[in-house]
Formats: sequence, structure tokens, C-alpha cells
Amino acid sequence: MHQVTSQVREPLVTGGKTYRDVTEDICRQVEGKPTKEWIIAFSISLMLLTYGGYCLGWTWWEGIGVWGLNKTIGWSWDITNFVWWVGIGHAGTLISAVLLLFRQKWRTSINRAAEAMTIFAVLCAATFILAHMGRPWMAYWALPLPNTFGSLWVNFNSALVWDVFAISTYLTVSLVFWYIGMVPDLATIRDRAQNKISRFIYGIMSFGWDGSARTWARYEEVSLILAGLSTPLVLSVHTIVSMDFATSLIPGWHTTIFPPYFVAGAIFSGFAMVLTLMLVTRKVFHLEDYITITHMETMNKIIILTGSIVGVAYITEIFIAFYSGVEYESYAFANRVSGPYWWAYWSMMTCNVISPQLFWFKKIRTSIAATFVLSIIVNIGMWFERFVIICTSLHRDFLPSSWAMFYPTMYDIGDYIFSFGLFFTLFFLFAKFLPVINMAEVKAIMKSSSEKMPTKGSSSVKPNSIVQPSFNKNTE
Amino acid sequence: MEDNHKRYWKGLEELSNDPSFVKLADQEFPAYIPVKEAHASSPVDGGNTGRRDFLKLLGFGVAAVSLAACETPVTKTIPYLNKPEEITPGVANWYSSTFTDGGEYCSVLVKTREGRPIKIEGNPSSSISGGTSAKAQASVLSLYDEERLREPMVNGNPSKDWAKIDAAISSQLAQVAQSGGAIRLVSSTILSPSTKGVIADFITKYPTTKHVVYDANSASAIWQANQASFGKAVIPSYDFSKAKTIVGVGCDFLGTWISPEVFSKQYVQTRKLGKSKKEMSRHFQFETSLSLTGANADYRTGIKPSQEGLVVAALYNKVAKLAGASTVNVPAVEVKYLDQAAKDLYKAKGSALVVAGTNDTSVQILVNALNNLLGSYGSTIDLTKEVYYKQGNDADMASFIAEAEAGKVGAVIFYNANPVYNHPGAARLAKALPSISLSVSFADRADETASLCKFICPDNHYLESWDDAEPVRGFFSLVQPTISLFQTRQAQNSLLKWAGSQQDYYAYLQNRWRTLVFPLQTKAADFDKFWITSLHDGVFEPGPYLTDTSAPFTFNTDIASAASNVAQAAASGKGIELSLYEKVGIGNGSMANNPWLQELPDGISKACWDNYLTIPQKLATDMSLAQGDLVSVQVAGKTVVDEIPVLIQPGQTNGTVSLAIGYGRTKAGKAANNVGKNAYPIASLVNNNISFAASGVNITKTGGSREIAQTQTHHTIMARPIVQESVLSEYQKNPGAGRVYPTVTTAEGVLPATDVTLWNGHIKKNHSWGMAIDLNSCTGCGACVISCQAENNIPVVGRQEVINRREMHWLRIDRYYSSQEGAHTNGELEVASDNPEVVFQPMLCQHCSNAPCETVCPVLATTHSSEGLNQMTYNRCIGTRYCANNCPYKVRRFNWFKYFEKDIEGDLEFATNPASNDLGRFVLNPDVTVRSRGVMEKCTFCVQKIQEGKLNAKKERRTVAPDEIQTACSQSCATGAIVFGDMNNPESTISKILATENKERAFTVLEELNVKPQISYLTKIRNKDKA
Repeated sequence: MHQVTSQVREPLVTGGKTYRDVTEDICRQVEGKPTKEWIIAFSISLMLLTYGGYCLGWTWWEGIGVWGLNKTIGWSWDITNFVWWVGIGHAGTLISAVLLLFRQKWRTSINRAAEAMTIFAVLCAATFILAHMGRPWMAYWALPLPNTFGSLWVNFNSALVWDVFAISTYLTVSLVFWYIGMVPDLATIRDRAQNKISRFIYGIMSFGWDGSARTWARYEEVSLILAGLSTPLVLSVHTIVSMDFATSLIPGWHTTIFPPYFVAGAIFSGFAMVLTLMLVTRKVFHLEDYITITHMETMNKIIILTGSIVGVAYITEIFIAFYSGVEYESYAFANRVSGPYWWAYWSMMTCNVISPQLFWFKKIRTSIAATFVLSIIVNIGMWFERFVIICTSLHRDFLPSSWAMFYPTMYDIGDYIFSFGLFFTLFFLFAKFLPVINMAEVKAIMKSSSEKMPTKGSSSVKPNSIVQPSFNKNTE
Repeated sequence: MEDNHKRYWKGLEELSNDPSFVKLADQEFPAYIPVKEAHASSPVDGGNTGRRDFLKLLGFGVAAVSLAACETPVTKTIPYLNKPEEITPGVANWYSSTFTDGGEYCSVLVKTREGRPIKIEGNPSSSISGGTSAKAQASVLSLYDEERLREPMVNGNPSKDWAKIDAAISSQLAQVAQSGGAIRLVSSTILSPSTKGVIADFITKYPTTKHVVYDANSASAIWQANQASFGKAVIPSYDFSKAKTIVGVGCDFLGTWISPEVFSKQYVQTRKLGKSKKEMSRHFQFETSLSLTGANADYRTGIKPSQEGLVVAALYNKVAKLAGASTVNVPAVEVKYLDQAAKDLYKAKGSALVVAGTNDTSVQILVNALNNLLGSYGSTIDLTKEVYYKQGNDADMASFIAEAEAGKVGAVIFYNANPVYNHPGAARLAKALPSISLSVSFADRADETASLCKFICPDNHYLESWDDAEPVRGFFSLVQPTISLFQTRQAQNSLLKWAGSQQDYYAYLQNRWRTLVFPLQTKAADFDKFWITSLHDGVFEPGPYLTDTSAPFTFNTDIASAASNVAQAAASGKGIELSLYEKVGIGNGSMANNPWLQELPDGISKACWDNYLTIPQKLATDMSLAQGDLVSVQVAGKTVVDEIPVLIQPGQTNGTVSLAIGYGRTKAGKAANNVGKNAYPIASLVNNNISFAASGVNITKTGGSREIAQTQTHHTIMARPIVQESVLSEYQKNPGAGRVYPTVTTAEGVLPATDVTLWNGHIKKNHSWGMAIDLNSCTGCGACVISCQAENNIPVVGRQEVINRREMHWLRIDRYYSSQEGAHTNGELEVASDNPEVVFQPMLCQHCSNAPCETVCPVLATTHSSEGLNQMTYNRCIGTRYCANNCPYKVRRFNWFKYFEKDIEGDLEFATNPASNDLGRFVLNPDVTVRSRGVMEKCTFCVQKIQEGKLNAKKERRTVAPDEIQTACSQSCATGAIVFGDMNNPESTISKILATENKERAFTVLEELNVKPQISYLTKIRNKDKA
């Protein structure tokens, strides 16, 4: 990949790393014994997964009556969690595809982990698709499979069917993109492997990568094609998820603003989650030179942007509700603001609209601690956003006789915990056994070896204008 | 195809026709198979069993045996070896019969399938009942109550030997009678003249017997007052249909008073409006707690129970003043609408009606005087057509308890009576009962009274019995058995046997009809024909017979003493006053173990599975009580009810509280035991009549709370045009008064909201099933809810699931209170008025033509039929609940759990669901799928009944007749509020109604959504002056 970096720009990788350093730094995690921190973190994830698994199992065994849903509120935490996870899953593709097309070099050191996060988040979302069904064992009926049940087909009018396509496409493309991007790195690990088992496993996983010019050329072409394919997906997935609501007629759901509003929200929460994870990973795996403050700051800027879009959307919604003169619509929003779930609405407003504005201050957006805290707050806010949209719209709709309240049960909470358990278990497995940073691409944005190596800790050396990527095996 | 003479062969042997091949050619396996050898070495034959073979076989054997044990349990269905002539599997048989429970009466048709009664419908041949009550609908489930005794009990032990029991009881009775000991037969009201005949015979045999009749909710003051006023101890027929002005004083005549279904039917006739009827009655109601009747009134005033007499007296005085008659001397009472009521009553002289629910004779005498003044006798009240619904004599019952306490009773027999539960003297009787040497109960279960008796000789359920009934003089109906389940025996048979008669009750009944009823007619010449006709029709209505019309009743005008009694009684009212009331579903508690009735939300409070102290908002504020807080109730310093939750009830008069009877049963069964608190101990005997009011009540907070299960928790309509209403004067000017016509503003100008659409619509070539629901006719009684539940196998989910807002009723009755006047903000609109106007709106699947549920289902589990039905395919449903979310009417119901699961361990959460036990499952309608967990369900417009009707028409090679097909709800509605039919057939009632009303009163709920429901509602019109 021909990378052109500007003369005046700060280097994206600090610490005067050599190609060898990169390989060493990244492969160390994969090849070495698990660290203590990793074991503790992984054990906690497994505990969450086990407890959540019990709750989810019981939910499936008994029926979703164990949740707090009722005749009025047919969706609450289940779909809130689903949308939340899908939203989180947006950052990966955005970083790997859209930023690739826009030639944003800084993406290279975070795209691998962000994509992994996407895939795991989408898997978590998928568990809620299954779990929320009354009869999950019939889930495959939502697929347009030729069948012997008669002329039964899916309802192409239903946004849920669009969802099935959108999510499954997204998962497939993201998975392929992520995996293809990993092949050169897997080959590196294969070549460095000290024992037969590793060599065998990574050998299979790297698809016989030989590092030839032709292979690299194809690799780049595939990357571009996949980037082209996934870019519309960034927009389409959450657009379609938003249509689950927008195509209905419930006041608070039936809104044309939803597609852009949901996409912005998704990127917003996705970036926040990437930040949360990256800040932990760089610390635990000592990758401070690869995931730098510049990365954090850039992402924080995107958070300000998307957070503001979301804020504008909230205010537009309220304005339109009153401007429309539709009494049910007006009531739905008055009820959000001041009804029994006012606290959810104001949590959402505080977390999503007010808190990201703090990033206008350079001090805050370059502070690791502040960013970490705010990234979590943003995701709490985004969870509340979905809860507000789903639950408070349903709980008081047209006929006051059916108005009801939703109270979560331990299974609502447990099943949510399950998704955290699943997410972090997968993420820690990924972090241990796969290269968390795309070595090949990171090397491509570094200064060439012909330059004088900057000393450690110094980043004041003028960067090189052209970086020559290595087309050889990355094992030097 | 041309024969190309090719031949194919399997092998060379076939080609060459080798003899050895030919020999084996016909066999399936021509090749040699060493079967014999295999057998020879078989271990079974004791051949060469090696160690390995042995172990293999052992392993296989163990595995096979344990696998066989894994087989799913076998459920046996036994086919008819010889098909009974009248039973065709899959085809229902209908029998006419009569539902009675004490004074409850309903002439019914019983639907049986494969010999099982599964559904009750009203008997259209009856001029008295017509529709059905919730209780009559639910009575079929009581038949399959697991708690019913299956054989007689002697001293608490089951016994199979009826003969031995008969001998024991007969000899003891003879002993008691011989020694001159008192025998008491205690019963609730008996509507059956033949049963009374049996009792008379029994008394002849044992002359020391006295028949004591009492009603849990007594009306003895009425016949006493008539005794005083007219010299005749009768309860007359009231005809609300003739009344132009109706005043009810503490009288829930649409819900629970005397014969509410009959009154509802009459009352609604005066409330219906239409093309040719632009007048309606005006109804004033003065009452303590908000009753179903009060909710339907045009003007409602909250009064204290102690003011009932004063209100009647004040009305009397005001009317008397207008009429120029003399007034009575009672203290004045300052309540709203008295003057207007008096004015309207006097204006409607000759077609006015005043009714009071109190059991105070003096008040009832004043009511008589008032009705007399208004000329109601002979028009709205018919003393010659007396009714028998309430025959209780509270004084008799009181003296029986006194006798029992004094040890003067030698033997007692309880027939359909449970005084240890439902009489104010229950505690005293419970103490005295064990010492009575012979005590027998005919109860169908070991209830509170029966469990204290030495013998329980369980009576049959009415669906297993022969009997007759005469609810109104000259209106007979017959009860015929449709099944026999257990070793139970009809009480009448027992009494006959003990009286020494060899006759069984069926023969007795027939004989009685032959001698007493048959002569009342001339149509049929021979009795057998008459009997069969009567049995077929279920009713025989010769009208009032043997009445002497030559001597009209004369009114005893001396009401001064009554007036002074009233004044005295009113003066005793002090402090917080309490009134007891009856709920439409649970009634007096005799059917409390019926889970359908337990889960039927109260018409007003929408609460089920509990009784509670209804308190006004002011008291709640004063005592800082929140809904569900537990309080204890003390009357005269004694705690009568402890730890009862409070329910803040709009319309409850300030300074009063109310409590429902019929709850707090302890020995009725799992659905009823310890549900709510027993309120009967609060009742007291005042002037020898049971009084349901108490004064000087002290209420103390006990701490703690109990959530009340309500199916509706938001009570006001939030100024939404969901129910559209107007007043009569406006309606007369413009029949479309009160209608709201939603519009949208488009580039082409302002258009009706329904004109802007993306939809193509559905073509309904053949039928278009629809419904018209008249909000003026719906009294909110809830019979349709139970009817729907019975017809459609709707599960009972229990108290906790109702609290979780998951009741499954496909049809619910939304009840809205009006907000305080001048309320505008959302917060203000949420608060119900202190004395609200009430509307009832039956809400069920609207079968939208542009159904929002259909578009969102991912798997097409809910689709549209070509007849306008929104169909639900349970098998296809995967349970995403998107349809329910997108339903603007929230009528879809989800199976959160396996509600139908069998209660094998006895600890199931849904054990009250009829389908949780084998006996209860008998009630399930085989035409309707029992839904599994995880699927959505909703009203189908009784598609099984539509299908049946269409098939019947097809078999007879005709088209479906107009109104031939009815849904369960429309069929059971006594007032005709729900009209179902084919909107494509111009001859159907619904088409005729909508032909005019579509331009006038008909509206669809949430019209602006343009979902185009198949259900239209007719506006609610109140007959009150414009505000």
C-alpha cells in the first residue's frame, strides 16, 4: 500500500520503533504466556458469561415471561441491548472501511481491534435477536429459505426481515474484512512460531500466505473492494435498525429522522467503545507508542461531531412533535421529558449531549482519564437513548387504558450481563491469540529503515516523505 | 414409446435362465443369507455365547430397556366402539337448561362436544333472561372444578356407599322427629317449585322440620315493605324499559340487585338511540361507592349509607310538594341533583321508577310511597308478576342460629347454603354446629359449613341435574343434565329418599309438571309432547297464573312511622361509614373458586383476585394512604377486617369506605382460598334484616402494603377522542354531535385523514365481518369477557401475572373516568374527578383493514383474510412481539409462559388455569387451538364460529343468513351492545345500523391512523343538561 504522509504531520507511531520492534511488540502478546492482568480480566469475563449464561438459559427454558415485559411493552431491555450492541459495532467498519477510503493513516493501529470489537458486538446483538423471540428455535423462519411447510415465505414488508439481511450481511462482510486483513499478520506469527502446534494452527489460519508481490497486490485489491462494499453498510445497518421503529406507527417511533439520527448515534457509541477498549489495551499490552494521544484526540473529535448530531436530532424530534400538532406525538415527547421515565430521558440528555461537549477543551480530549470516563458515560447515555425510544414510547401510546410500566427483572439484567460476558470473553481471546494491531499496515506508515532512527521517546525528528512498505515476508 | 426390443438383465444368470437363479428369483434377497446360522449361535438358544457376545447383548439390553423407559407418556384416547346416535365427533349438541345458583337465574343453552358441556349461551326463547351474565357463562367451569367432592363424606372421610349413608341419616332424622327435636333445612333462595315440593314432602314426613331461607345479600326489606304497604309479602317485577326517569338510591340494579341481567336488558332499551328513536330515559343515581349502575347514570351523587333514607324521604317530599300531597317529617338532606331528580320524576309521572337497594324496611316503605305517588304501580312496577329471586327471611335465619346456639336443633340440613361463611352470625353458628347431633350439607365441596357437618351428600352441578325453576310467577324453565361426572347425587333425590319416597326426582318432576304445569296450557294435548317441547325450548311461559286481578292492591298511606324510623336511623350515622357491596363477577362468593370469575376485572376498579377497601381520595390524603396500603377496619371497637389493602376510588363518597363481599373464602378451593378478606362479619342484623352498612368505622394503618392486581392502571381518557360523546339535547339537534373528524392539511387543502393513504385496500368480495358497539348500551358488566374466555380457551394467568400486566383476555372493557373540570395539562388530566363521569368501551382486535400488525410480522404469521378478518397463525408465529408493539389498540396478547402446563407437582405458578389439570381441560373448546408459549394471540372474531356457520350454510346449499353467525361476545351480550355481522349483507343488523349511523354516531377509534377498523363504535350520549 502506497502511503503518503505529510511532512508536517506528527508521526503516527512514536518511540522510534523499527519494523522489528513492531513485530516484537505485537507478537509478544500472542507468543508469550498470558499475563496476570489478562488472566484476571479473562476470568472475570468468564464469570460474567457463566452467570449470564445461566440467566439466558433459564430465559429460554421458561419463556421470556421471566423478563419484565407485559401486554403493553413488548420490547424493552432486549431490543435496547440489541440496538445498543449493533450501534457499538459501527465503529469498526467505519474505521477500517470509510477511513481507508479517505486515506486516514491513523486508523492503521486501531482498525484491527475496532473490527474485532464490531464482530463481537454484532454477535452480542445477535444473541438478543434470538433471545427476544418467543420461540427462538424457530428463528430460521425469518430467513427466506425454500421450505416444505407449504408456500411459506417471509414478509418483505417487515423491517425485522430487513434487519435479518442487514445484520447478517454486516456480520459476514465485517468478518471477511477483518480476517483478510489479518492474514499477513497471521503469516508472520506462523513464521515466528516456536512449536509445531502454533505453526500448524497459524499455518492453516494464514491460508498459505507467501508474501509475494502478487499476493500483496491481491491483498490490497481485496482490501479496497471490501472497503468499498462495507462503506454503504456503515450507513445501511443502523438505518435499517432504525426502521424497526420508523416504519411502525407508535408515537415516538414513527419518525423520518431516525435513519441519520441512528447512524450518527451508532458511530458515536462505537467510537466511545473503541476508546474504552483501546485505552485499556494500550495500557495492558504496553502499546502506548502505537495507540497514541493523537489517536485518542482524533477520535474524541469525531465523538464531539456525532454527539452534536445526536443532540440536534433529539431537539429536532421534540420540536417536530410539538410543531406537528399531533396530540399523541406531542404527548409521547412530553411524557419522555416529564413522565414516569423522565430520569431515563435526562440521563440520556446529560450523557449524550452535554458530556461530549467537554471535548471542546483540548485538555480534556487529550486526557486519558477524562476520555476513559467520558467514553463510558457516552455508552451509558446511548443505552438510555435506546431505552427511552423503545420503552417510553411503548409504555404510554394511544389508549390510556393500556398504559403500563416496565420493571426489569433479574433475568433482564442477567441476559444483559451475558452479552458483556460474551463480548469480553471473545475480546480477550482475540487479544491473546491474535495480533491486536495490524503489523503490516502499521509498518507501512512508519519511516523507512534508510532514515536515521529517531531515539526513543523523541518524536521531533522530521518524518520521511515517502515510506516504502516492505513487500517481503514481515519477519526481518 | 416405441418398443425397441432391448432387454436388460441383472447378471449372466438371468440372461441364461440358470435354474438355480430362477429358483430364487422371486425372493427379496436372492443371495444367500445365513439366517439360520445366526440364530444357531444366538445366545437366546443357548448356542455358543462368547463372553464378548454376552457383554454386547447385556449392553444392548440395558440400553434398549432404558431407552424404552424414555418413551413419552402415553395419553389414551378411546374411540367410540359403538357411536351414540346423537353424538357426532366434531359436531356440537345443544341442550336447553337453566342456570340457577340461589336466586341467580339464567335460561341457557348448553353446548356439548363429544358429551362434554363446554359453553353456555343465553336461551333466546326465554322472555326473561335472553343474554347471559358473567356468572352463568362461567358456571360451566365450576362443573369441572377439581375441588368438587366426588363421593359423599361421613365425618370428613369419603364414603362410596350412598345406601349406608341414607340409612344412617334416615334413622337419625326419624329419631329426632320422634323425640320432637327440631329439624332445620337451611337453604338459600330456591327457584324451583318442584324442589320446594320435595321439601314440603320432606316436612310432611318429618313434621318438626322448618325450612329456613336466607340470602347472603338479602332483599328481605322489600317484601316486608310490600307487606306493610300492600298487605302482600312479594317482590314485584320492575320494568325499567317503561321508565322515562329512573332514580336509584344505593341500588346497583345493573350489576347485582335482584335480577341485574333482566334490568340491564330493560334499562338499555330506554338508552338506545337510532334512526327512529331520539329519546332516552334519564337516570339519577344516589350511592356510596361507584357501582356499575352509578357509572351508567346521567347524574350521580355520592351519599353516605345513612343518608339513603333521607334522600328517599327528601325526594318523596319534593315530589309530594309538586303533586300537592302531604309531606313527611324528616330532616333535610343537602345533596346534589335532588331537586332536579324530583322535578324529572314528577314530569315522568306514570313512567317513573324509584328503586333503593337498602335492606331497611322503613326506607323501602318510603320508596313504595314515592312510587305510588308517581303512579309507578301498574306501569313500571307490577305487583302481580311477583319475582322469586330473593326469598330470604333474615329473621328466620337469625332465630335458627339462636336455636342452634341454645342446643335446640336436633338436625340440620344445608342446601346450597354456606352460612358459616356468608352470614353475619357465622362465628356463632360455627361454634354451635358441631354439637348438633345430625348435620348434613349438600354442598359440592367441603366448604366452610359443610366441613363442620357430619355428612356431606354432594349435590350435582346444575349441568348434571334435573330440575325446574320459576324465577317470575308463571315463567317456568327446565334444567336438564348434560353429563354426569362423579358419584354425587341430586339433593332432591336425597331428600326424597330420606322422606321415604321410592320415586326419583326426575319422575317426581315430571309428575309435578303433569299435574301442575301441564294444565296451564292448551296447545299440547298430551303431556309427553308438552314435556318434550318444554324441554326442547327450555322455557314454558304461560305468564302470571291464578292471579286475582279483581282486587287491586291498595296502598297503605300511613308512612309516618316509616318516616320517623328513617329519621332515627339517619341520625345514628356517624364518623366514617362503611358499605358492603357485591361484585358482578364474584357475587356473594358462592362461585368464588371459579378462576374465570376471579380474574374477571371488576367493572369499575378493574381489579381482580382481591377485594379491597375502596376509599375516597380525601381520606387517602388525610390518612396519607397510598393505593395498596394495608389497613384494619374496626366497627364498634372490634376489628372486623384486618390487613386489607385500600384502593383509591374516584366517586367514593367522602367520609365513606366500601368493601366487597364474596372474598376471603377459606374452604372453597385453590382459586378462592385466602383471596381477599371476608367482609360478611361487618354485616349486622338491624331490625331483623341483614344490613350491609356500618357507621362509626375506625380505620387504622397497619403498615405494609399489598399490590392490587388491576388490568387497567391509568384511569382517565386524557382528553383523547377515543370515546366520543355528547348529550341528548345536542344529539337531537345533530345526530353526529360529539363526533371528531380528524383532518390532515395537504398541498391540496385540508382533507379527511383517511383520504391520504399508501394502501391499496383489500377486496372483500364475499363477506365482510364487522362489529358495531353501542357505547350507550354497554353497561360494562363483563359477561362478554367471560364468554370470550370460555369460547376461545383463554388461559387464566393468576394474580401475579395480572400485576405484571399480562392478563390474556382477548376482549377487555376499558373504563375511563372523566378528569376534573378545567383540567388541561397532562398532569391535571391524569387525575380523575372526585365524582367522575364514566365510560365503558369494549376493546378487542379491531380487525383493521390496513392492519399495522400485519405489515411488521417478519414471518407472515398474521395476515388478512378475504373476509376482513385479521388472522393469527399460531403455528407460524416466532414471537417477536412486533405486532403487539405496533398495535395501536394494544389488544394482542403474548404467551409469556406455558400457561397450559399441567400441574403435576401441585406447585405450578399457573395452577388456577383450568387447563392445568385433567378435569379442567374438559372445558376446553376443541375447535380452538390451545396456544403454546412464545406465540401471540388475539381476538379472531370467533373464526371457528364463522367457519361453522359457513359450513352449515354450504351443507344446506344456501348462503349464510343475516345474523346467523355470532361471536361469543355478541351472543352473550344481554343488552345488544355488541352487534356482529356481515357488512356486505344489506339485510344484516349491522348493515342496517351502520347505514344510518355511519353518517351519525358511528366512529372508529383512532380514525386518523387510517387503519380502517372493522369495528365501529356508536357515540356515548348522556341525557343530561348541557354543561
